[in-house]
Amino acid sequence: MSYKFALVGNPNSGKTTMFNEITGSTQYVGNWPGVTVEKKEGKARRFKEDIRIIDLPGIYSLSPYSMEEIIARDYIIEEKPDVVINIVDASNIERNLYLTMQLKELGVPVVIALNMMDVVEVRQDKIDIKALEKHLFIPVVPTSASKGAGIKEVIDKALEVAEASPEGVSKVNFRYFDDRIENCLDEVETIIADITDTKGLNTRWAAQKLLEGDEKVKGKLQVPEGVIENLKRFQDDLGKNYAMDLETVFADNRYRFISEVMKKSVKKNEENHGLTWSDKIDRVVTNRILAIPIFLLVMYAIFQITFGAAGSFTIDWVDGFMNDTVAGTLSGWLEAAGSAEWLRALVIDGIVAGLGSMLVFVPQIMILFFFLAILEDSGYMARAAFIMDRLLRKLGLSGKSFIPMLLGFGCTVPAVMAARTLENEKDRRLTIMLSPFMSCGARLPVYALFVAAFFASNQGVVVFSIYLLGIVVAILSGVLLKNTILKGDAAPFVMELPPYRIPTLKGLGIHMVDRGMGFIKKAGTVIFAAAVVIWFLQSFDLSLQMVEEPEASMFGALGKIIAPIFAPLGFGDWRSSVALLTGLVAKEVVVSTMGILYGLGDIGDNTGQLVTALQGAFTPLKAYAFMAFTLLYMPCIAAFGAIKREMNSWKWTLITVLYQTGTAWVISFLIYQGGRLFGLS
Amino acid sequence: MEKTLKDLKPGDKAVVVKVGGEGAVRRRLLDMGVTRGAEVLIRKVAPLGDPIEVNIRGYELTFRKAEAEKIYVE
Repeated sequence: MSYKFALVGNPNSGKTTMFNEITGSTQYVGNWPGVTVEKKEGKARRFKEDIRIIDLPGIYSLSPYSMEEIIARDYIIEEKPDVVINIVDASNIERNLYLTMQLKELGVPVVIALNMMDVVEVRQDKIDIKALEKHLFIPVVPTSASKGAGIKEVIDKALEVAEASPEGVSKVNFRYFDDRIENCLDEVETIIADITDTKGLNTRWAAQKLLEGDEKVKGKLQVPEGVIENLKRFQDDLGKNYAMDLETVFADNRYRFISEVMKKSVKKNEENHGLTWSDKIDRVVTNRILAIPIFLLVMYAIFQITFGAAGSFTIDWVDGFMNDTVAGTLSGWLEAAGSAEWLRALVIDGIVAGLGSMLVFVPQIMILFFFLAILEDSGYMARAAFIMDRLLRKLGLSGKSFIPMLLGFGCTVPAVMAARTLENEKDRRLTIMLSPFMSCGARLPVYALFVAAFFASNQGVVVFSIYLLGIVVAILSGVLLKNTILKGDAAPFVMELPPYRIPTLKGLGIHMVDRGMGFIKKAGTVIFAAAVVIWFLQSFDLSLQMVEEPEASMFGALGKIIAPIFAPLGFGDWRSSVALLTGLVAKEVVVSTMGILYGLGDIGDNTGQLVTALQGAFTPLKAYAFMAFTLLYMPCIAAFGAIKREMNSWKWTLITVLYQTGTAWVISFLIYQGGRLFGLS
Repeated sequence: MEKTLKDLKPGDKAVVVKVGGEGAVRRRLLDMGVTRGAEVLIRKVAPLGDPIEVNIRGYELTFRKAEAEKIYVE
């Protein structure tokens, strides 16, 4: 006999920890079809063969408003898991039980894992498990997932329930709404019984949803016109009696019932009303004056470690390993085997270099996600959003986008990946589209070269203005996109501030490895393929002969074709076009390509000569337009791979890079032509 | 004039009477326990003046002043 158990619970209820404890390790991490919501699946092998555990998104409610809620609800209705294991945070039981009530209404078999009992014990609150079970009509198992306590008992209880109700949809209902509503539900049930039976839905739940006016359920059931007319009568009737909409009535009713259950089963320690240590931390961390300096300090520290010493150490190490050890060994082998020149080039310059360009990011991403996991698991992330919300709102985003945007100044890849900490899909898409405008570290060498050549007396100011330009473009784009293709309700900023917790090392480790591996698997394929294609284009000419000079390659030819596009921007020279094309490998490559194209070879110590060469080809105005274009046009293929993975859609990936490249053209055009109007050159 | 959460200061307590507004934001507030009869304690205002933090049903919740303005209290 095989079983399927779904984990459902509020965010911060310890659901992920519970999942890790049950499954030991994650066997599958991916996305739910068509959306960027993470899907995790594993097996409870530790306890019994053939129990599949599906980790549904963390949600507060089953109202079909957010992507996560719809996924969870649809999964429970369509896939009919044998048991829904509802993780309830015992230290925040009142609000957590709201979701429990909705699960109960769905009529599916539920087992409550009453988690964080250790916290309750420390607080010296008392929860009467038996009373809770009696009033909720749901089996309750006390657990402390972070300490591994009660896990086996939860699985045993779920198996017991699964064996007791094999048909999946239990017919047991209990009444806790007002009598008027319950009676009304009785009547609607008789009207729609024929329809729901064929669709396998719980009739009472369907009746409730139809009264609420849930369009999705209405569509799914294909309710006939006559019945809809009938329903209207009930709705009008109830509406008159309550003088408010039925959504509110149901929500009020649930919480009223929960309050009653709480009175009968939970005794809070009255003496414990002083400040908890969580409150004390919050006093400092979200303090009016200290909050922002502390936030900036935390960000600065993470930045320094990830992109500074530790990060560049790992980058150099991987780079050296790939380019010297791996490339050297392979090259030796191939030479010994007497292979053709093109094959050696393909393996070394194409495949190894391509893999290398992707792998260098992996340690950095893992370090970064280690810190992000600390921020998230400790509860600080929510405070950061609380502190920064006001600033981000101007871009049509919420405070939660701040961290991904900030990371963009280091590297676009982790910035894009950090966007998955956002719950709302539209916000996530917008954040992904905007974070590449934050000028990443790889673009700095390009600015450095050009300011040295053209703005020697005020280099700092000019580079700073480029960074600022990125921010301004992001702000304007945010406003533009939010009012066009990413239109929709402003993401509600109604957020829980969870109590501070000390993250577990195990949790952090799993977080880090999951994301690192996820990047290698998904982004890796795209980046790798793109790297090989780009290598091919810059190493061969149209008759597929290998070439030494980039000018003769297909990229060279392509550069000459597209060069006129850049003429209105001030850099219509084919060399600029080719440099920008090769910049797709990594933006700093623009510099080395320039070196090669101006016949200086690899520019190691020839910067001076290149500066002179550029001074002949560009003017300050043209140079500025070129820097602006480098800043704004589509990011490198590593970032492209990350965007594809996080958008989980080719359409959105293409929209993103086209938007960025289009914006780059327009802005550079305005800079160059505008500058000329003002008599600059 | 009816009183809303926006009129309260940090440290003030009140009881929710009605949640106005519409759509997803309103539904989210209801789901999070901002329903009739719930006791609310205003904790603090964010350093930049918005959003606000409240304690409700035993936990900490934050929302913007625009939302607070639609939550009627007594």
